[in-house]
Amino acid sequence: MNTLFDKIWDSHVVSKIKDGPEQLYIDRLYCHEVTSPQAFDELRSRGIKCFRPEKIICMPDHNTPTHDQDKPIADPVSKRQVDALERNAKDFGLTYFGMMNPKNGIIHVVGPERGLSLPGMTIVCGDSHTSTHGAMGAVAFGIGTSEVGMVLASQCILQQKPKSMRISVQGELAKGVLPKDVALYIMKNITTSGGTGYFIEYAGSTIRNMSMEGRLTLCNLSIEMGARGGFIAPDEKTFEYLKGREYSPKGSEWDKAVAYWRTLRSGDDAVFDKEIAFDASDIRPMITYGTNPGMGMAIDAHIPSESSIPEEGLASFRKSLAYTGFKPEESLIGKKIDYVFLGACTNGRIEDFRAFASIAKGRRKAPEVTAWLVPGSWEVLKQIKSEGLDKVLEAAGFAIRQPGCSACLAMNDDKIPAGKYCVSTSNRNFEGRQGAGSITLLASPLTAAAAAVSGVITNPLTLL
Amino acid sequence: MKQKFDTIISTCVPLPLENVDTDQIIPARFLKAVTRDEKFFGDNLFRDWRYNSDGSPKKDFVLNNPLYGGCVLVAGRNFGSGSSREHAAWAIAGYGFRVVISSFFADIHKNNELNNFVLPVVVSEGFLQNLFASIDKNPKAEVKVDLPSQTVTNLATGESEKFQINGYKKYCMENGIDDIDYLLSQKSAISAFENNK
Repeated sequence: MNTLFDKIWDSHVVSKIKDGPEQLYIDRLYCHEVTSPQAFDELRSRGIKCFRPEKIICMPDHNTPTHDQDKPIADPVSKRQVDALERNAKDFGLTYFGMMNPKNGIIHVVGPERGLSLPGMTIVCGDSHTSTHGAMGAVAFGIGTSEVGMVLASQCILQQKPKSMRISVQGELAKGVLPKDVALYIMKNITTSGGTGYFIEYAGSTIRNMSMEGRLTLCNLSIEMGARGGFIAPDEKTFEYLKGREYSPKGSEWDKAVAYWRTLRSGDDAVFDKEIAFDASDIRPMITYGTNPGMGMAIDAHIPSESSIPEEGLASFRKSLAYTGFKPEESLIGKKIDYVFLGACTNGRIEDFRAFASIAKGRRKAPEVTAWLVPGSWEVLKQIKSEGLDKVLEAAGFAIRQPGCSACLAMNDDKIPAGKYCVSTSNRNFEGRQGAGSITLLASPLTAAAAAVSGVITNPLTLL
Repeated sequence: MKQKFDTIISTCVPLPLENVDTDQIIPARFLKAVTRDEKFFGDNLFRDWRYNSDGSPKKDFVLNNPLYGGCVLVAGRNFGSGSSREHAAWAIAGYGFRVVISSFFADIHKNNELNNFVLPVVVSEGFLQNLFASIDKNPKAEVKVDLPSQTVTNLATGESEKFQINGYKKYCMENGIDDIDYLLSQKSAISAFENNK
């Protein structure tokens, strides 16, 4: 006990049901257009209002096109879903950041950058990547639509308390190794179910040295380890990041908040249900070769042999490689690729664009590659322009699109065609994730940029 | 939807694959519905494994094989990983499944199944592999899922195991009650909690 997870979770428990779950109070609910309409209808069918409308923020992100956002959405089915969110926000009196609102973007990018996600909070959204907000020192996790309805109706959900796990990473990351690589490396080691049933606290000097953007990337991928969420205890970097943001506390409220936030750390004698440690110097740039994010390897390594796969996993391993078209024991270096996607709640922040631009600068996009560069929010786009990164990228033959979830899950028009290979900075390489029949290779923004300028899978270290 | 659950005896639909993610259970392009039409989701359950791009059924996929049927889906470990989309649970329920048996479920999907009165039954890897073998040997092999006694039995072999479910959720499943009903009864306690913060 005495972990930070216990402190935050336990202080939000309204009551415990005998032989059942706990009733957990929620400080912040985010709603996007895909997983909320049925929850609002649930309230309507019961004739009830939102219990605490001021704690709820709505914005469309999954369906939004990444061009011409000033015009109505062309796809009538997408438009209907986005319109439904706007109407629901209005009917229930909730804050709504619509398309073209300068505060719009991917929920998991906007929440932290606007100071809406704060240390010590409980945060939920009908979206598994809600774990992202854990980087602010919050207990944040994804929920289903029925649970969204519970929070709308009562600002609470019923949940079994997860167990706690600490993943420590110590030491300095080598040049060219990014937080995305750290996450893919952890997943390769603990698999996509290694964190199931747990909430992860990331700790150690490697984590402390990560920027807030890097921490957001790492926490984002907690769900891909099977964990409900992952978080990092807040520190001076967190406070520095939050200070002056639009919805962060101000004046004496700020001082009071920081004083409280400083208490948010696991005790020195804290006992975790599970502890895992990694050495930063073992981590190299990573890439995935299969159809779950745990099927990754160092970019210059070889795909595992069949003999190294446990018997009950062999059918899935074979199905996976049959889909991606790769063979056991082969290297991916030099393989031709068709698309590159930079963006998503995983890698759609300013640092990701800086990293991508660092390789693109002075080079040219390979002519046969289609590259989609999608900022996570209008705020990120504004920053890209203020740093002149747009000019660097344009000179290299790259265009920057408008913000949204885009090709991460291809609910808008940004679909990778069947049979095409995409090096993607997003979070999932599941079959058909980026478009029916498309093949996704997950990697960092540097590795994505290296593929974009060379047209083939390339170790980014050779271009730095 | 809200329906009471007691004991079920059924043949099974086997899916002996690990890490079946919710993108496979219901692909993202089917998430644009604004209503909870279970038939629509059920019709598109495992869409890209079940149908070719021209809409014709893929003959080798288990849901298209007339040998197999019943209201129990049996799947490899780590079922329902990935996206939190409850549409996956709606699709499973909409197709007509009332039980999913696996050796391991992803957390969010497991809650989503329970919230839709589909019972996730966690069994040992050994029980699971034996059940796959029984179904392989005889597609009409049955299982018995008994919620009151929390036991699952492979009727082909007689092998039986206890499974876990918390008392509250068991009560909800047995009586067709959902969490919102409970939470709405707690509003004064929630307000009191807010005032003490």
